Amino acid sequence: MSSIRCNDLCKTFEQGGETIVGLDHVSLSIEEGEFVCLSGPSGSGKTTLLNAMGGLDTPDSGRIQVGDAVLTDLSRGQLADMRLQNVGFVFQAYNLVPVLSARENVEFVMQVQGVDARQRSQRVQEVLAEVGLEGLESRLPAELSGGQQQRVAVARAIASKPKLVLADEPTANLDTRSAAQLMGLFVSLNQRGITFVIATHDSRVMGYARRLVKLQDGRMISDEAQEPTAMVV
Amino acid sequence: MNVGSRLAWRNLWRHSRRTWLTVGAMIFCNVLLVFMISLQLGSYGMMIDNSLGPFTGHAQIQHKDYLDDGKMRQSVPAAAALAQQVRGDIGLESVSARAVGFALASSEERSFGVQISGVQAAYEPLVSTLPGLVAQGRYLSESDNDAIVIGRVLATNLRATLGDEITFLGSGRDGSFAAGVATVVGIVDSGIDDLDRAMAHVPLGWFQEVFAMGDHGHQIVIRFADIDAVTPGLAALAPQLDLGDELVLLDWDALLPGLRQAITSDMASAWMMYGVLVLLVAFSVLNTQLMSVLERTREFGVMLALGMKPSRIARLVGMETLMMAALGLSIGVLGGAAVVAYLSVAGFHFPGMEEMASQFNLPDRIYPEVSALGLLWGPLTVFVMSVFAALYPALRIFRLRPVPAMRAV
Repeated sequence: MSSIRCNDLCKTFEQGGETIVGLDHVSLSIEEGEFVCLSGPSGSGKTTLLNAMGGLDTPDSGRIQVGDAVLTDLSRGQLADMRLQNVGFVFQAYNLVPVLSARENVEFVMQVQGVDARQRSQRVQEVLAEVGLEGLESRLPAELSGGQQQRVAVARAIASKPKLVLADEPTANLDTRSAAQLMGLFVSLNQRGITFVIATHDSRVMGYARRLVKLQDGRMISDEAQEPTAMVV
Repeated sequence: MNVGSRLAWRNLWRHSRRTWLTVGAMIFCNVLLVFMISLQLGSYGMMIDNSLGPFTGHAQIQHKDYLDDGKMRQSVPAAAALAQQVRGDIGLESVSARAVGFALASSEERSFGVQISGVQAAYEPLVSTLPGLVAQGRYLSESDNDAIVIGRVLATNLRATLGDEITFLGSGRDGSFAAGVATVVGIVDSGIDDLDRAMAHVPLGWFQEVFAMGDHGHQIVIRFADIDAVTPGLAALAPQLDLGDELVLLDWDALLPGLRQAITSDMASAWMMYGVLVLLVAFSVLNTQLMSVLERTREFGVMLALGMKPSRIARLVGMETLMMAALGLSIGVLGGAAVVAYLSVAGFHFPGMEEMASQFNLPDRIYPEVSALGLLWGPLTVFVMSVFAALYPALRIFRLRPVPAMRAV
């Protein structure tokens, strides 16, 4: 399910009367279990590509297939179902629901999926333990540090056992230590078979990837396999 | 409570001051509506009772032209016998024959015009409230012949007290000169000055003798257990009566057409005012929920990104509104019920109310009616309109797209 096929994707935006190229004929394939970083400067198109892979945004032309689903052929409702069941998202700004505790934030997505209360409760315990947040379950996001909030966001992303996690600048708001811990968590989850695609311009993050795709002005300028250079904390 | 309900409840208290302002507006509106509607229903009940109670009754048998012309000769033959027959037909004792005329009443010092009624002393207390309102002396009894009970204002005007004689001059049914002397045995204080100014009750037999009525009367007054029993009661009675071409059976609506018109007109203007009040609350809810949705655009964008469907988020907004409206409904109804319960015992009065109230045959203290309709109609309308007002903010969510929504500040 987690293999991604992007074929000749194009996307432009209108901004202040100017046409900005988001994606310029990008083609890319990602296999199950890969750990890929999309890198490039701001405006290079990495977030646009990530959003297109997650079915959050649709390209102007081209074709995207995630597993068996051709995203460019799906309706809004089908895309929502696809995201809910198959994709975990981690955002730069954590984006937790501020009035729900850590436990409830994680549980919320599972409830949308229709998971029954008992299973939900058990799974929440598991994933919070997995991301190292035992004992902090009942805290509200405002009572957690940035690193802890991002861990809750990761727990929320993996709670439904997706095969694919898309992360957009996940370490941008974290200090070095928290960023290293988060990347260590990603690597550990990736080793259990979850495909990771991370959009980042943080060189520390790129060091964890086994494949680095570089973008510039909406075009893919390189796509290289690499040996991870960063140490997992 | 599931996460959705918990989320909705907590969202309400993110901006507790704003929520309380909106809920407060609902509570105020609900208390006001409960009070106003209960007062209105109570006053209508009192208007009907006070208008029909003293004289008209729930229905009457009359000469077909008497209602419009009110002439002495437009009378009901064998009035007492007909009243007795009706008592048997409907199985109620509260039926009384009456004859009505106008005369000049004179005491030793003064003279005033009065409406003099010949009544059946045994049955009049069953159809009229006036016999129960005797402030001095007593009401007529079956053994009385030339006794009279007059209104308090008339007694004051005539400077007559108990035991005084009053002379009546008028014209009889046949156009002859009618004159008689009666002794005051009771003075009635109905609380309605217009009524007390011209009221004089004498025994029917004496009236028939003085006014050359023979066995005729002018009205067979019928009073049912309550206003709701009138229509079925008359429907049952009508087929049993053989009134011929000269007599008619009229219900209170036909006897006092102005009463229903006054109620209808008062209701129309009051409903309009209530409508404006409810609309103001609905706009307050619209404003609160729209603000709430707009400031959470980013959060909703994240929910959409995670795979939540817009309909589910709209339901969340709907649930928040339902909770807010339910809070306003419950506190408002409880508050309104407490106010109404207190005033239904203590009565409602404000200075200067007497004059206005007397125009509608109301006393100077009104007692709100405690009823399910009065307690729930207004608050339920506010509830429904509040939920309806939240539709627009909820529908806006269907226009959101995850990526632009998540970029919203």
